[in-house]
Amino acid sequence: MRGKTQTPALVALIAALLSCYMVAVRPAIALERGAVEKLALGEGEERIEAIHALLASGDPRAAQVLAALGAGELQIAGKRVLIVKDEEAFDAVTGEKVTALPDGREDVMLNNRVRGAAANALAALNLASAERATRLAAVRELSSAADASALPLVQKALAGENDADIKALLQGIAASLNLKSGDLKTRLDAVLTLSESRAANAKALLLAVLDSETDGDVRIAAQASLKKVENRLAWGERAGLFFAGVSLGSILLLAALGLAITYGLMGVINMAHGELIMIGAYATFVVQNAFLTHFPGAFDWYLACAVPVAFIAAALVGMVLERTVIRWLYGRPLETLLATWGISLILMQAVRTLFGAQNVQVANPAFMSGGVELFANVVLPWNRIVILIFAAAVLIGMWLTLTRTRLGLYVRGVTQNRAMASCVGVPTARVDTLAFGLGCGIAGLAGCALSQIGNVGPDLGQGYLVDSFMVVVMGGVGQLAGTVYAAFGLGFANKLLESWSGAVLAKIVVLVFIIIFIQKRPQGLFALKGRSVET
Amino acid sequence: MSGPLTSAFTRLYGAKGWSVLAVCGTVLFVLFPLLNLVVPPHSEFHVSAYWITLIGKIMCYAIVALAMDLIWGYCGILSLGHGLFFALGGYAMGMYLMRQIGRDGQYASELPDFMVFLDWRELPWHWWNTDSFLWTLLLIVAVPGVLAYVFGYFAFRSRIKGVYFSIITQALTYAAMLLFFRNETGFGGNNGFTDFKRILGHAITTPQTRMVLFTLTGAVLIGTLLLGRYLVTSKFGRVLAAIRDAEQRVMFCGYNTLHYKLFVWTLSAVLCGVAGALYVPQVGIINPSEMSPANSIEIAIWVAVGGRGTLSGAIVGAAVVNGAKSFFTQFLPEYWLFVLGLMFILVTLFMPNGIVGLLRGKAFKGRRA
Repeated sequence: MRGKTQTPALVALIAALLSCYMVAVRPAIALERGAVEKLALGEGEERIEAIHALLASGDPRAAQVLAALGAGELQIAGKRVLIVKDEEAFDAVTGEKVTALPDGREDVMLNNRVRGAAANALAALNLASAERATRLAAVRELSSAADASALPLVQKALAGENDADIKALLQGIAASLNLKSGDLKTRLDAVLTLSESRAANAKALLLAVLDSETDGDVRIAAQASLKKVENRLAWGERAGLFFAGVSLGSILLLAALGLAITYGLMGVINMAHGELIMIGAYATFVVQNAFLTHFPGAFDWYLACAVPVAFIAAALVGMVLERTVIRWLYGRPLETLLATWGISLILMQAVRTLFGAQNVQVANPAFMSGGVELFANVVLPWNRIVILIFAAAVLIGMWLTLTRTRLGLYVRGVTQNRAMASCVGVPTARVDTLAFGLGCGIAGLAGCALSQIGNVGPDLGQGYLVDSFMVVVMGGVGQLAGTVYAAFGLGFANKLLESWSGAVLAKIVVLVFIIIFIQKRPQGLFALKGRSVET
Repeated sequence: MSGPLTSAFTRLYGAKGWSVLAVCGTVLFVLFPLLNLVVPPHSEFHVSAYWITLIGKIMCYAIVALAMDLIWGYCGILSLGHGLFFALGGYAMGMYLMRQIGRDGQYASELPDFMVFLDWRELPWHWWNTDSFLWTLLLIVAVPGVLAYVFGYFAFRSRIKGVYFSIITQALTYAAMLLFFRNETGFGGNNGFTDFKRILGHAITTPQTRMVLFTLTGAVLIGTLLLGRYLVTSKFGRVLAAIRDAEQRVMFCGYNTLHYKLFVWTLSAVLCGVAGALYVPQVGIINPSEMSPANSIEIAIWVAVGGRGTLSGAIVGAAVVNGAKSFFTQFLPEYWLFVLGLMFILVTLFMPNGIVGLLRGKAFKGRRA
């Protein structure tokens, strides 16, 4: 048979694959008529038995019938069972095309139990699919509740499977099925397999074994396996915590890097720093929308364009601010603080007026969704990993700019001795503007990154302002390395405390710690030595 | 009249100053009560409850501004955490008012409604004795005072100053806000305290109670002004100004600046607490957003707009900014933040001595922040 199908996509795919397979290898073998008829015409228990019978036959054609059942395409006309798709009909048993649609057809009605069993059986049949995604979906479906009748197919798939993720899941399923076996040896093997399995439900399965198992050997083996599994889960948790700490650290670092220039090097208390992060995030939003309307095909690549746009937008705003407001206030930090706070209020309200007070949607490109499964209980989301790499790249870029370029040399020169730098011909006013722009641009980059993991709204920056100041102050003003250590240190501390006391208390504890820390070491972790300390 | 007292009077204000103060006192204590309580509501001269509440609220803010001016204008320490002390005083008063509701709450329980809602069986320890008004008065003064003393002692001892101090006070109020947002802290979480019924057994919304609170606030405001004036015209005030302008030099002259700073810092916090306690019964609500860093920064702009280092400036600034805020949030809400932001920028750039500085028309000598 050659089914010409469009919807639903999955069914279509399977059907297409199967039809190729059958045309090549064995043209139209009839399914067992009894099973199909029982499936379509039977009641409750009978139909579930029929599904299991179809599954046990292992016939690829069974998949078609089951898929049709799930999609509501199975109809009966008298005793005849038909698959009806887009006005075309096939005999479910023989697979032949039926040219004249008989009258008085009725849909096969399903209850949830039968529907579930059919989906499950279909998944088991799909284990043989060539597509990784199809197999993965099938394995996931089976993981929740597999029926014993699927065991042969699972074992067959296990033998032929090369993908590690799928294999691990399959092992878990096979073991869980074997645990119900009457044979002692099979159960024992299953328990031992589970100790090595990466399946998420291994612990629950073993606990169930300990609950119900009567045989002593199996119980002992189960206990040993349980210990191993728990041990692995604990490691997974630790790895997860570690990653969460690193991830939060990278976010704090991104948010604070720009401030490390404007505050750390230039000494400008920029309370509008958070709003520059917000501008970066909104720039990303605008670029995203432009891509959606003009180049929907290249949507996955919008970030590549958003990164420079966010940088430039924030840098421009920063340079304008420096020229118009901040440069009149150099050397008066408290006045700078108040004026930049005013700027932050204006920027926030301006964004509210332009984009509305509600949060806007910024979507992840496809390659950033999903994650890497490290352990059964730890998934590292791609967007966090990308941000980690991005933070490292920004850090390196900033370090290179400051140490290897003429602008960096000027910035350091002006920081260390403004008058002398001016004497040897450094245009100090222009350097100030550019350096401030650079710091603000980096804040914009942070906004671009943050838009990928959190809400984008007019208040976005407020939440990061206190945090970024804490990072810079704790790291020691003017110290890039200190900023890095402080960011990751605070990230870890926050996550460790969070796992122990909840998010809000953790934040409070960290803030109080910083307050005490600054009292003890007002110069931060890494203090400047010598005459630049007291100015 | 004996000599020292007269000289104290003349030291605080000249004849002109005292007469202005007397006029203000008459307006507050005689004119407003008459216009509000005696003049019938339909008359053109009647002052409605809305105005009484608004002016009462602004007078509370003016007390906070005075406190801020003492520490920032005269001692050069910019606190971005004064909203915390204000809110602590408010919460102390709020606890008393919550206890005064008695069994009139929604759940008709001895416990405040939010505790019933959280399924708590008894009052947490920090609510002990909060049904006593005297204990509440003690809390209003002691809680902000002790917190400020301890915090200030450690901060000033390690010579934290300038922006560092500002930022850690901001972190302090931010941490406190997060703490008070939690239901487990026992202060009503997000919603804070509201729905007050009575104070000292009197219904809280009657015009008479309102007027008593109003005049009390006015009295505290004038008292604070005189106290501040007394401080800044004394030798103590000179030392404060000297610390502001050249702290190291003052230390080299043999003064221990720690005690000076600590005293004025603690006093300032206590004044804020008192203002908060007067604010809560008049406005009828207190919640953790009072502790948000934005609120505390706004206090600084009141003082900056009015004129730093002048006590009358602090009052004028609080009145002007909050008057403008009431106007804009009522009629042009979307422009208020623009106006406030511009105020921050323009005042720091062009009006370093604020409105009072402009009025006096003479340049103050340059001072470091």
